[in-house]
Amino acid sequence: MPEPFESEGAISGAGMGGAMDLAVAEGQTLETAPGGPDGTGPAGRPRSLWSDAWRDLRRNPVFIISALVILFLVVISLWPSLIASGNPLKCDLAKAQEGSQPGHPFGYDGQGCDVYTRTVYGARKSVTVGVCATLGVALLGSVLGGLAGFFGGFWDSLLSRITDIFFAIPVVLGGLVLLSVVTSNTVWPVIGFMVLLGWPQISRIARGSVITAKQNDYVQAARALGASNSRILLRHIAPNAIAPVIVVATIALGTYIALEATLSYLGVGLKPPTVSWGIDISAASPYIRNAPHMLLWPAGALAVTVLAFIMLGDAVRDALDPKLRS
Amino acid sequence: MAEPILQVSGLVKHYPLTQGIVFRKQVGAVKAVDGVDFELGRGETLGIVGESGCGKSTVAKMLVNLEKPTAGEIRYKGEDIARLSGKALRSVRRNIQMVFQDPYTSLNPRMTVGDIIGEPYEIHPEVAPKGDRRTKVQELLDVVGLNPEYINRYPHQFSGGQRQRIGIARGLALRPEIIVADEPVSALDVSVQAQVINLLDRLQSEFELSYIFIAHDLSIVRHISDRVGVMYLGRIVETGRDSEIYEHPTHPYTQALLSAVPVPDPEAREHRERIILAGDVPSPTNIPSGCRFRTRCWKAQERCALEVPALAVPAEFRFATGPAAHDSACHFAEEKQVVPPEETPEEAPKEPSEQEE
Amino acid sequence: MLLEVRDLQVEFRTRDGIAKAVNGVSYSVDAGETLAVLGESGSGKSVTAQAVMGILDIPPGKITGGEILFRGQDLLKFKEDERRKVRGAEMAMIFQDALSSLNPVLSVGDQLGEMFLVHRGMSKKDARAKAVELMDRVRIPAAKERVKDYPHQFSGGMRQRIMIAMALALEPALIIADEPTTALDVTVQAQVMDLLAELQREYNMGLILITHDLGVVADVADKIAVMYAGRIVESAPVHDIYKAPAHPYTRGLLESIPRLDQKGQELYAIKGLPPNLMNIPPGCAFNPRCPMAQDVCRTDVPPLFEVDEVRRSACHFWRECLHG
Repeated sequence: MPEPFESEGAISGAGMGGAMDLAVAEGQTLETAPGGPDGTGPAGRPRSLWSDAWRDLRRNPVFIISALVILFLVVISLWPSLIASGNPLKCDLAKAQEGSQPGHPFGYDGQGCDVYTRTVYGARKSVTVGVCATLGVALLGSVLGGLAGFFGGFWDSLLSRITDIFFAIPVVLGGLVLLSVVTSNTVWPVIGFMVLLGWPQISRIARGSVITAKQNDYVQAARALGASNSRILLRHIAPNAIAPVIVVATIALGTYIALEATLSYLGVGLKPPTVSWGIDISAASPYIRNAPHMLLWPAGALAVTVLAFIMLGDAVRDALDPKLRS
Repeated sequence: MAEPILQVSGLVKHYPLTQGIVFRKQVGAVKAVDGVDFELGRGETLGIVGESGCGKSTVAKMLVNLEKPTAGEIRYKGEDIARLSGKALRSVRRNIQMVFQDPYTSLNPRMTVGDIIGEPYEIHPEVAPKGDRRTKVQELLDVVGLNPEYINRYPHQFSGGQRQRIGIARGLALRPEIIVADEPVSALDVSVQAQVINLLDRLQSEFELSYIFIAHDLSIVRHISDRVGVMYLGRIVETGRDSEIYEHPTHPYTQALLSAVPVPDPEAREHRERIILAGDVPSPTNIPSGCRFRTRCWKAQERCALEVPALAVPAEFRFATGPAAHDSACHFAEEKQVVPPEETPEEAPKEPSEQEE
Repeated sequence: MLLEVRDLQVEFRTRDGIAKAVNGVSYSVDAGETLAVLGESGSGKSVTAQAVMGILDIPPGKITGGEILFRGQDLLKFKEDERRKVRGAEMAMIFQDALSSLNPVLSVGDQLGEMFLVHRGMSKKDARAKAVELMDRVRIPAAKERVKDYPHQFSGGMRQRIMIAMALALEPALIIADEPTTALDVTVQAQVMDLLAELQREYNMGLILITHDLGVVADVADKIAVMYAGRIVESAPVHDIYKAPAHPYTRGLLESIPRLDQKGQELYAIKGLPPNLMNIPPGCAFNPRCPMAQDVCRTDVPPLFEVDEVRRSACHFWRECLHG
């Protein structure tokens, strides 16, 4: 029976630093009120950040929509034949660049392949690359950066220098050099390359936000209670440091899908006959004036995917911030 | 004094200053705490006052083992807690808890009040079995004057004073014997400060607590403390019972500090002598030789630069029994009344002769 | 009268609703006079001052009524560029946090000199000389050498002196000091307050001192306005208010601070919290916390009653409070 919370009364974004004296004030709760007579009575189920965040997410339309879009993407990645009956590799050069027609709503691409079928089948590789690269980067980057920020000292300095080195590597050139020696035509070398070059970005952000969180008195308070390092990291620092990582990682997801396209275009990423949005986008881009539909559909699918992940990231981040809950 | 529960002797904390990235070499040290001794009796409140940078907060951190002393001992019931680790340290930690200054950063914004106050039980599960914890947390909320039903709320839904009560409840959870309070009310509004001070007062008798109360506000320290230590640049320069320090200060720094406190009584401004110190507190990396207060002291002589004054009853008062005979680290200690003796403002005499003895 | 604020009303429009920060505040200050505006956080004391200076953030802030008369002219009717001419040259403000109010990448000499470059059109050299002169004025030792130093190289007290120097640069007629000594240590507080009071006398300026510290007020103010929930609840010459407050809030504040010269038992504590500005209680805003509250307090907003020629109290029971 959680009663509705009063609005917090803080004037967000107003004022000029310390000169602003409109502070949080609560209307109904009286400072000296000794609490209800049923001092030990129940106050609803015990709640935690995660259960509250989940409750909040379930009621958030942004979360529901983005989660449905992502679920749909996952399903068609696994079973593309559910919604596309054709064969993405069956092409008819005679129909190259033709527009929409019955049975082929998205038209044909430069090779005369059906754009709709290719877009549906392309989801698998593109979503796999985007999601796996993002997860890998986020995990590796936040663990390394978080630990370095938390413990500081020698390992922190070492890690910072290493990230500096990685920042100096040009992505495309690095891809040309590293991936040209790989012969396998699966997504994994591409994902591995992205994780290798992408983690320093997240690591830097995670390190910074862990250092900020670490300086708060509540960390000291937990330490004074005798909390272990792992407890401090997991209970106190991680929930307070994760927001920027979520935001940057979800934005990066789109970049990875686009990067896959670039690498494929340069001939070091995925190679035909593999189907991916990236390959189709780069193949279609020279014809944007004559046959825009060839670019529009795979690019549109990419945009919707990226948007869904960014919205999901935003919703999760907001749900993890109790101050933003209504 | 009652039986001492905490004895601090020769406490030192130096933070090394280093240069160079690969080959670090020490080029100096920030002498945050530079030889502090005191005792805390059971059920007693020891106030520690001083300006920013005097080392009072570092002392607090060492008492709760957030910082390891460079040298010196902190004996809790005879055992030096600075050298403990593992299990023994955990059990000592249970008995010495801290209340922090800033109620806005000392509570994790992403934990519910129930989780915050219940965390001590998760770290020390032997104190309360799992099923009892929620009830215990609600009892604690009640004890500090908050509605037990607020258990599922988050810190931002409370005002500063209420947050400080939550911090106090967390400090009480393990039923400690000693609470170290570092500026517990200085971030609060005036009308709320009194509520929190009264709460601390009440809890002291209810739970038989001993307090170390650290603050820069001399009036509040006087209100709550049985004994007071005045710190300057990492050392205690004068210590005694509250009336000894406030009514019969013998160290010039204490006198200046007391005279600088604005008194909420416009009548007093005409017949109060103000000692305005020149300059600022020297840097703790470069502490003056001899008496560390001499650079701002109006009484300083050659001897002050050469000899470090010991914290003891000054020679002038050694055989006296009056309130002036208390520990004061000054070569030229003399009594000087800066705070007018207790009188109601209406009756305060206006003759200029009352200014000074 | 140098400055007269009449029935000022300020609102903040936020995500959660409208916060009524200032609800009809009137006060005045004359040349050479010190008015202390006393209040807790959320009382509207700083917002009023920001409105007077013309530095209120609009939006979310909005001035919904009232007049701010400076030398008889309503500043609220001025255009922004006219207002800018008043600001700095005619009235200046000193903030609590000197470190964040100074630009860290410019030397203090440059920052002080800029006032003369911009407002007075002086040459760089003359401006620098003026800066040194100002630093001498606020008794910064070795001003000539230190003029090239950057803000972080000064101590807190010295930085606050630089802020004072900056405020004084163009010899304004009115200074608004918002908690000027709150961030400083007690011994340094006394130095800065003394300096401010002395310079005020020297230049015959009006001073509005915004503070929550009853002690500081007693030391320097001539008259005092106590604010609560965006209103003035009591205004009086400083001696009267400390001797016998005519509003229960003032009385509660005075009784709730521990005194240096008294070791009391339990402190008197005003119960409850200041109200939420989005939901100010009907009647007297203080009524839920007031020990003297009667039915009338819950329904009728008390006007500022005339206690005598110079005293006002917004309490239905000011007589009882004054004599009880």
